[in-house]
Amino acid sequence: MAETGAPPRITTRRRRALRAMRTLFTPLLPDDYLELINPLWSTRELRGRIERISPEADNAASLLIRPGFEWPGHLPGQYLRIGVVVDGVHHWRAYSLTTEPGRPDGCIGITPKLVPSGVVSPYLVRRARPGDIVRLGGVEGTFVLPSPPPRRVLFISAGSGITPILSMLRSLDRSDALTDVVHVHSARNAERVIFGEHLRELGARREGLRLHLRLTGEQGRLAPADLDRICPDWRTRDAFASGPAEMLDALHAHWKADGDPARLEIERFQPIVGAAGATAAGGRVRFLASDVEAECGGGTPILVAGEEAGARLPFGCRMGICHTCVGRLRAGAVRDLRTGEVHDTPNKAVRTCVNAPEGEVEIEL
Amino acid sequence: MSNTTTTEPEAPAIESPLARLSPEQLDEIGRELDAIRDRVMSDLGDRDRRYIESMIAMHRRLAILGRVLLLASRKRPAWIAGTAVLSAAKILENMEIGHNVMHGQWDWMNDPRIHSTTWDWDNVSPADAWKHSHNYEHHTFTNIRGKDRDLGYEIMRIDPEQPWHPVYLLQPLYNLLLAAFFEWGVALHDINFEAVRKGKKPMPKVREELRAIGAKVRGQALKDYVAWPLLSGLAAAALEAGLSRREAKSGRRRRGGLADVAARAPRRGTEGFRATAKANATANVVRNAWAYAIIFCGHFPDQTYTFGEEEVEGETRGGWYVRQLLGSANIEGSPLFHVASGNLGYQVEHHLFPDMPSSRYAEVAPQVREVFERYGLPYNTGPFGRQLGMVQRTILRLAFPGGKARPKP
Repeated sequence: MAETGAPPRITTRRRRALRAMRTLFTPLLPDDYLELINPLWSTRELRGRIERISPEADNAASLLIRPGFEWPGHLPGQYLRIGVVVDGVHHWRAYSLTTEPGRPDGCIGITPKLVPSGVVSPYLVRRARPGDIVRLGGVEGTFVLPSPPPRRVLFISAGSGITPILSMLRSLDRSDALTDVVHVHSARNAERVIFGEHLRELGARREGLRLHLRLTGEQGRLAPADLDRICPDWRTRDAFASGPAEMLDALHAHWKADGDPARLEIERFQPIVGAAGATAAGGRVRFLASDVEAECGGGTPILVAGEEAGARLPFGCRMGICHTCVGRLRAGAVRDLRTGEVHDTPNKAVRTCVNAPEGEVEIEL
Repeated sequence: MSNTTTTEPEAPAIESPLARLSPEQLDEIGRELDAIRDRVMSDLGDRDRRYIESMIAMHRRLAILGRVLLLASRKRPAWIAGTAVLSAAKILENMEIGHNVMHGQWDWMNDPRIHSTTWDWDNVSPADAWKHSHNYEHHTFTNIRGKDRDLGYEIMRIDPEQPWHPVYLLQPLYNLLLAAFFEWGVALHDINFEAVRKGKKPMPKVREELRAIGAKVRGQALKDYVAWPLLSGLAAAALEAGLSRREAKSGRRRRGGLADVAARAPRRGTEGFRATAKANATANVVRNAWAYAIIFCGHFPDQTYTFGEEEVEGETRGGWYVRQLLGSANIEGSPLFHVASGNLGYQVEHHLFPDMPSSRYAEVAPQVREVFERYGLPYNTGPFGRQLGMVQRTILRLAFPGGKARPKP
């Protein structure tokens, strides 16, 4: 089955009323008729309406979304799976929520950055219009601001890695806890600072926030050793870092060598696949139900190889979260490109979006 | 039926055009048809999504309109209008939406609802069993005698090569019953009693399928014969009570006075209940008869061929395509006719490309026809009345022993 939105939070009375009416509409649900009037009324899955789209620097856009039902809440730093219809096809992606939990208007926000070769970000950044309906999946992620928040914080971000950090900053701001925060953010040049205006305004308003902007085009990339100069007390702060893998790896090594790695939280975005440097041997994949064979490279997910060979395969988040793409492994072994783990248990359900073949593989899809 | 000894020859009475083609020609046909399919499938997008979404929205609007009209089912015009609209809704839901969604024609949209794995239809036949017997058995083994159980649905002699049995004398009668109660026929057909009798189908599986049918029947019956009639009854009784109260207030008296209102309201309610139950039953029969007519025109008109198992041994993709062509017949009609028939008037195209969105059949039909005509293959088509007439003639004739294959193009 294709991926769907999260079940919305609805009142017991509403649920009972809808259930009582089911008899009249079987095999459809009352929701199938209600959504003709307003697509946000469906209680099958949570949907949202895009209220506002504001362009951001660096080819990004902030989307403010009003959920159809009360937002179940999230922790600052978490990401949301969001479903959109592009050229007739449902696609799902995960984006960090950039708004803080508990906004008085009940809205949530994401800030996708344009990936020109992609499908979903060009839609969200360029084509989406206020009033468009999106599907809202579950909220996930362990890169979160703890509650109560740490007293002394160091945020390190680069490029679009700032998105989860922004939710944390806004959350601290809303709860008046922005008392001792250092934020080191890297961007290529001044024009490409996402939320630049917002950060400057926040820094001017809150004395407790010290902003350090690094323009890598002029100053070069941030080296962990630079922290001694920028934020000499980094060892005594709870640090949260989000950005490209090389930066995170360098920071992690630095904390391990010179600080307390337990005080550094990191968020790895792209590349999700191959993050642990995992590559499989590659091999031939037979999709039994589709009767398609595909040659699959060691760094290529089985799903991608199958699609390129013309198989119509189920897909969802393409990052190993939603389990939409699972197929039973009938023969052979696969390697999880995120963790490097090898699975060869016959009939195991494997996620084709994050696994590559270790030699010849047969999969029931 | 199978206890009569088969004296009929296994070889077809009429040479199949399949035998005239060389393996190379079959491969070439396969390549050309694959190319037609690939062109459409890579072009699917927003336009197609809008089409199926508009059909689904139209069904839901018609269904609600029909049901609401039938709240006043005691009044003749409301009954007629409501029944007509509800029948149209049920036809649309069954043919253009249910059949085609459950074929997987819209799975490419990756939509969690409009998807063959999650769709269920307004029909007593459960989706899973139907998908197996229809999508797999019928579409794979189309018109292969002894393998395609849709060839006469195991209760009819539709091909002269099927051995005769006295039970077929009743065929003209149960043909009519099948038309009226087609959905029930389909539900029972999916069980495959022949396989059950031969012990080829495990009993737990049979019990599970019967339970699934039971659940569908219960839901359908509650909706069509209890819940909506009850609402109509309540509406009629409430209206009667309301009218009487207003008359009493305004001082006008009706025959009988207040005591009579107490008796009149329940009576009106019962009438409303019955009228709506009848309307819903009528709509189901109309939908069943329509589905029956369209589906019987798909494979049983005179021009279609049937095949022996030996004819399709080692069949290639091209051979499969040609068998689908020879075993199917189209119906000519207006765009409205094609929507109402779920585009099964393009039976040939549907059998060649069962998972292509039905809305694209009209556009590929001329291309398909051109390919087949180039190879001297017949492309079967005709007006609805003629196709259905041929099928009925066959059913009547083959109720009796003997019968020859009709001349084929």
